[in-house]
Amino acid sequence: MYDFKALYEAKSVDEAVRLRRGHPGARIIAGGSDVLIRIRNGKWAGAELISIHGIDALRGVKLEDDGTIRIGPLTSFSHLASDPVIGTHIPVLAEAANQVGSPQIRNIGTIGGNICNGSPAADTPPTLFVLDAQVELTGTEGARRVPVRDFYIRAGVVDLKPDELLTAVLVPGEAYRGYTGHYIKYAMREALDISVVSCSVNVKLTEDKKRIENVRAAFGAVGPVPLRTPGAEAAARGGETTERTVKAFASAVLGEISPWSDWRTSKAFREHIAEELAARALIRSIELGGGGIHA
Amino acid sequence: MPDQYKLIRCTVNGREKEAMVDVRASLADLLRNDFRLTSVKKGCEVGECGACNVLIDGESFNSCIYLAVWADGKDILTLEGLEGPDGKISDIQQAFIDEAAVQCGFCTPGAIMSAVEILNEGRLLSDEEIRVRMSGHLCRCTGYENIVRAVKKTMLARLSQ
Ligand SMILES: Cc1cc2nc3c(=O)[nH]c(=O)nc-3n(C[C@H](O)[C@H](O)[C@H](O)COP(=O)(O)OP(=O)(O)OC[C@H]3O[C@@H](n4cnc5c(N)ncnc54)[C@H](O)[C@@H]3O)c2cc1C
Ligand code: FES
Ligand code: FES
Repeated sequence: MYDFKALYEAKSVDEAVRLRRGHPGARIIAGGSDVLIRIRNGKWAGAELISIHGIDALRGVKLEDDGTIRIGPLTSFSHLASDPVIGTHIPVLAEAANQVGSPQIRNIGTIGGNICNGSPAADTPPTLFVLDAQVELTGTEGARRVPVRDFYIRAGVVDLKPDELLTAVLVPGEAYRGYTGHYIKYAMREALDISVVSCSVNVKLTEDKKRIENVRAAFGAVGPVPLRTPGAEAAARGGETTERTVKAFASAVLGEISPWSDWRTSKAFREHIAEELAARALIRSIELGGGGIHA
Repeated sequence: MPDQYKLIRCTVNGREKEAMVDVRASLADLLRNDFRLTSVKKGCEVGECGACNVLIDGESFNSCIYLAVWADGKDILTLEGLEGPDGKISDIQQAFIDEAAVQCGFCTPGAIMSAVEILNEGRLLSDEEIRVRMSGHLCRCTGYENIVRAVKKTMLARLSQ
């Protein structure tokens, strides 16, 4: 038995917004794999919950006419990983979803929960950051869109108004067309472990595959929120696909991250891993794009 | 204050069921306490060990972190549901026994339900893929090797039929 005060079940987005207005202190529960853990360990014991679990309209992935990929926030990691639209256009997001927890957690956990939980170590945000994803937030006044990068305020806190819920994750066509990407999670165990550091990179190569036309990089667990590394991106943008470019890119990352020491590992180790992951993810992204690394 | 209890209808191991559930109950609570399906074990109760794993509409879920009210309208399968009409256990259960994939047995029902999810896909998986698909189960006894062997043996036997 869980220790919460009340459960309000929403069957539609409108109803969820109404419940949000009516119960300002209540917390949204989607898959529950973060919320129920926090109730169990006492942090959120006694809370009121608004369940959006039953809003089936918020599940699934759609390719819109203008090329935007619309992901329903209740889409589970396993459905995301096996979705044909994701597999064809942004396989790196499937790769990231497959790194979460365990098979059961991938059936339970949702992409919306992964974002709204606000954890710096969550597995899908770095890839959503490099895909310039937007989040659609729906409240009393209707829907607004915010770049996912701006949605994160500080560790565990996102820019969600008291009457809002996340109703879509949108990946614009120009952000993925012509790009190939790779995500790497570094953790102590291969399953059921939280990232020590994670890194997602994507690149667009020039037609002759010899230069990097554009590159984007984002990291998890190296600061209070997931973050992009614009300096490293600038260091590699326009560069040849050489070891030198990779090195310049990876070392620039160190100036842009602020990892910490904790029981998992030290700050120095996180820095070392971040630099290494950056290099590996860039090399793999270039290879996936049909290029290669030259001396 | 909304109702603390809710009437739900679901299918459990092929039978239609109805229950008044406390909204604060987990599916593991419902299956164990109301339906006496005690193959559903409570190990960690925070989603990490897989002892409480059951299939919901064919997908594996740790029932300790799934609210019982969400089971409304769902099709649930627990280890008890693997029993054949003749009262015999299933091939995957027999394989766990034959391969010594069971020692204390606490993790076994949950692990077998993940194996059922995999086997129902009817695909040939590599050893590595089997390991990944079974990675949501902590076993303090067997060292996992025999569990992988039991799943593989059953997969190969079913595919050669
Ligand atoms: C054993 C275990 C292992 C895990 N391993 C990993 C891992 O490896 N990697 C990883 O990234 N995560 C991991 N997690 C964390 C968790 O599974 C993910 O963060 C998951 O995405 C949460 O989704 P959910 O739907 O279950 O979230 P919930 O618990 O339902 O919600 C999480 C938060 O988001 C809010 N929320 C959810 N949906 C919405 C919405 N649509 N609009 C507004 N707010 C919303 C909730 O109010 C809450 O604050 C693990 C969890 C467990 C229990
Ligand atoms: S008891 Fe449910 S996962 Fe451990
Ligand atoms: S057999 Fe004892 S925990 Fe697996």
